[in-house]
Amino acid sequence: MKTNIKTRLITIIAVLVVFVFGIFRVPHGVSGEALKQAILQNIHLGLDLKGGMHLILQVKVDEAVSAETDTEVAGIQSDLQQNGITGATVSKPDANRPDFIQISGVPAAHNDDVRSLLESRYSNRFDIGPGVGNSWTLTMKPSVENDAKQRALDQAIEVIQTRTNTLGVSEPIIEPYQLGSYQILVELPGVDDLNRVKDVIQSTARLEAHEVLGGPWPDKQTAMQSIGGYIPPDAELLPSTPGASADGSAGEWYELRKIPIWGGTDIRDAQPGHNPNTGEPEVDFYLTNAAGDKFGQWTGANIGKDMAIVLDNRVQEVAVIKGQIHDQGNISGGGISEQRVKDLSMLLRTGALPASIDFLQETTVGPSLGADSIRQGVVAAIVGMVTVMVFMLIYYRGAGINADLALILNLVILLGFLGFSGATLTLPGIAGVILTIGMGVDSNVLIFERIREELRAGKSPSASVDQGFAHAFTTIVDTHVTTIVSAAILFIFGTGPVKGFAVTLTFGLLANFFTSVFVSRVIFDASLSRKLHGEPISI
Amino acid sequence: MELFHDPKIDWLGKKWYFLGFSLIFSVAGLLSIFFWHHLPLDVDFRGGTVVRVKFASAPDANRIRSAIDKAGLRDARIQQPYGPAANNEVLVTLSRSATSESAIDQGRAAIVSTLSQNYAAGAQQNQSKIDLDNIASGALTSWLEQNDPEHLGNSSDAETRYTDQAAAVLRYRDTEHSGIIESIDSLRGVVDPAVLTAFEQNAWLSGFSVRSVEIVGAQVGKVLQHQAELATLYSLAGMLVYLWFRFELIYGVAAVVACFHDTIITVGAFSLSNQEISLTVIAAILTLIGYSMNDTIVVFDRIRENLRLSRREPLADLVNRSINQTLSRTVLTSGLTFLTVLSLFLFGGEVLRGFSFALVVGILIGTYSSIAVAAPMLVAYQDWRARRGKAASLPAAKKARV
Repeated sequence: MKTNIKTRLITIIAVLVVFVFGIFRVPHGVSGEALKQAILQNIHLGLDLKGGMHLILQVKVDEAVSAETDTEVAGIQSDLQQNGITGATVSKPDANRPDFIQISGVPAAHNDDVRSLLESRYSNRFDIGPGVGNSWTLTMKPSVENDAKQRALDQAIEVIQTRTNTLGVSEPIIEPYQLGSYQILVELPGVDDLNRVKDVIQSTARLEAHEVLGGPWPDKQTAMQSIGGYIPPDAELLPSTPGASADGSAGEWYELRKIPIWGGTDIRDAQPGHNPNTGEPEVDFYLTNAAGDKFGQWTGANIGKDMAIVLDNRVQEVAVIKGQIHDQGNISGGGISEQRVKDLSMLLRTGALPASIDFLQETTVGPSLGADSIRQGVVAAIVGMVTVMVFMLIYYRGAGINADLALILNLVILLGFLGFSGATLTLPGIAGVILTIGMGVDSNVLIFERIREELRAGKSPSASVDQGFAHAFTTIVDTHVTTIVSAAILFIFGTGPVKGFAVTLTFGLLANFFTSVFVSRVIFDASLSRKLHGEPISI
Repeated sequence: MELFHDPKIDWLGKKWYFLGFSLIFSVAGLLSIFFWHHLPLDVDFRGGTVVRVKFASAPDANRIRSAIDKAGLRDARIQQPYGPAANNEVLVTLSRSATSESAIDQGRAAIVSTLSQNYAAGAQQNQSKIDLDNIASGALTSWLEQNDPEHLGNSSDAETRYTDQAAAVLRYRDTEHSGIIESIDSLRGVVDPAVLTAFEQNAWLSGFSVRSVEIVGAQVGKVLQHQAELATLYSLAGMLVYLWFRFELIYGVAAVVACFHDTIITVGAFSLSNQEISLTVIAAILTLIGYSMNDTIVVFDRIRENLRLSRREPLADLVNRSINQTLSRTVLTSGLTFLTVLSLFLFGGEVLRGFSFALVVGILIGTYSSIAVAAPMLVAYQDWRARRGKAASLPAAKKARV
């Protein structure tokens, strides 16, 4: 019996040492400040305690699908041309259906040619069907569409990751959120310069070069009138940023060819620089080799025409093509600031977002609130714990010490677990720790009350302890299971802070199972083994 | 020490009182939910913008209101004081319609800029200065680098030096003084004298700081609401299945009915007191569903144990005896958990107020319901079966423990 107790005691001490190590690792000293530092280094604090930003972003993946079908529209047009089919219009008639392409006005004589062309070249990506009259419809296959959307999401996550890294945010979390909804969860702990971070994340930074078909016009109505009240399917109307055109007037409108000459993914590098003549800040960018070749050919063939540089759907600059241009260009004008030039070159370097982004949710916790929350949480925990411990001492006397020791060990294991696992401690997580104190001591009460009952029934102390633990055991299992089931459901459904609560509560209760059933028992046995047979125990 | 020495209370004899008590509270809660305060939902679920602002001195409600009106935010709700009056905190809430999905933080930006222009004293003459109460660390560092009060030039020394100085200011402000600097002079000793002089000349204190901002678009709110409902239902179902598996179906049904009763009354208490239900409150309610099961299980365990020992005893007496035998542990366990939760309610701060309120109410009701709702339901079920002429015994069934 004695050796048995000894091995069990050693187990407990080993567990204690391991988890104390989990909390502190090797602190730089034993002063209060050093220990506090050690704890903060090992236990990760959540955004609500540390301060920072929590964002949920919606990637407008339809734009990515639309960009793909735009390319296909151009492809079909050139295919029809090459096969000598004229008179047919290729368009996307419904703005809300980015996956839908229509070919209308096909001459009856060519109907079969069009069908075989579509079936041979497009049927692997599109469902092809005959439309009303002499027309054909192409609907992007759901699997292809979903691939495009998923790709857009993955790419967006990658781009945002690169961007936040250049901002020097430590330990950011950027991951998909709500499977299948194309949302992204972004957590930026310790960030306090919100506006800049949001700008950097949200900028699509899609830089494109377009052929100018008409304009400038002072406003959209005039533009619409001038082009006959109808935008051709292969063109678009875009406003310019103030100062983009030569005469510097504000916000003019241009008619541009929809398919860009080169686009966002064609940028190889971008650097802040200065205009050699005026000394104004500008962004110098360089195209990839392939895009550069294409650009060279196009500019060579279109000397004298107008070309527009478009950033995030606003015309940045319009210039007459004077000669062949290969792989470089710059963005300037409009009183662009040094800071903007720096940010913009970074954004262009890290690549464009494949689609624009909406903010669905934004939570910001200032660092001062986090610090106050920690203080309040710790005070509440200490008050709660001391109250419970004092009560147990008064009510159960000797056995109260037993329960208090078990409670302290319970907390050590819980905090040590947080240190080892890297789980995040949130404010509700602190509440979970406090709740663990209250619920943990319940197990002791169940056991002690049963022991008292057995003692009243006239059993010997050691038999009563035996029976007490045996009878209370299944009840304790039941009560732990029900609470942990609740916590598990919370973990599945909850977000950030609430998840932290579920984690601490679950592990607090698991640790409690060990301390109340095993540790408490060993302490009882140890004290019983020192007594004579039948000598009363203090409970 | 002992709380109850061998109590002999006739719990089931009082079942009509219990029924009346439960009915009053559930019906009052339900009436409030349907006709009075409805379900006050937090911004998490309802969508909208909530900005929590702390002021250096007691905020003037009228001036805040007029400042916010100047920004054209007419449907803004101003809750003041938020938390203890001594904290000088105010909550400004904008409805969902003022929170457009494309420019989600418009409302926040408007609130912050109108407060600094129209509320803070001396905002006009200080326009060109930096506001130490609201500046971010990056901005403060680069301001120091640009002004270079210590004349360090462009060296890398300057960068580390000023980063340290900015960090010291923010640590003083955020970690030690809850986000507000009393006076620029109070930074003496926190920063170098040269930096302090620069602050005295070119910085000011607007006397307020934004402590937290929560902006939720309509779409997210709806999803979260749906998830919260689902989670609550799954929890209740989970309990039913577990008790069915551990005892018998009727025990599970009785326990889940008691739990549902607790949930209704707790949610009703939120409606009656017009407190908002947030995500953390839902977390508290789910926890309660698990926790209030505990007392019920303790009583049920004893009923089952007694059923096996004395088959002749009328069920009502046996249930009474079981409740009395477990009374002290039921009261003690709940009481101790209640104490910790109460300490959370009193000292845990505003962010957790709703969470701890739900637990405070829920633990009281949960304990009451395991004695006054769950156990009497078992007896009522057996009476009902007896009247229909079926076998009158409650299943003790499934081999229980030794």
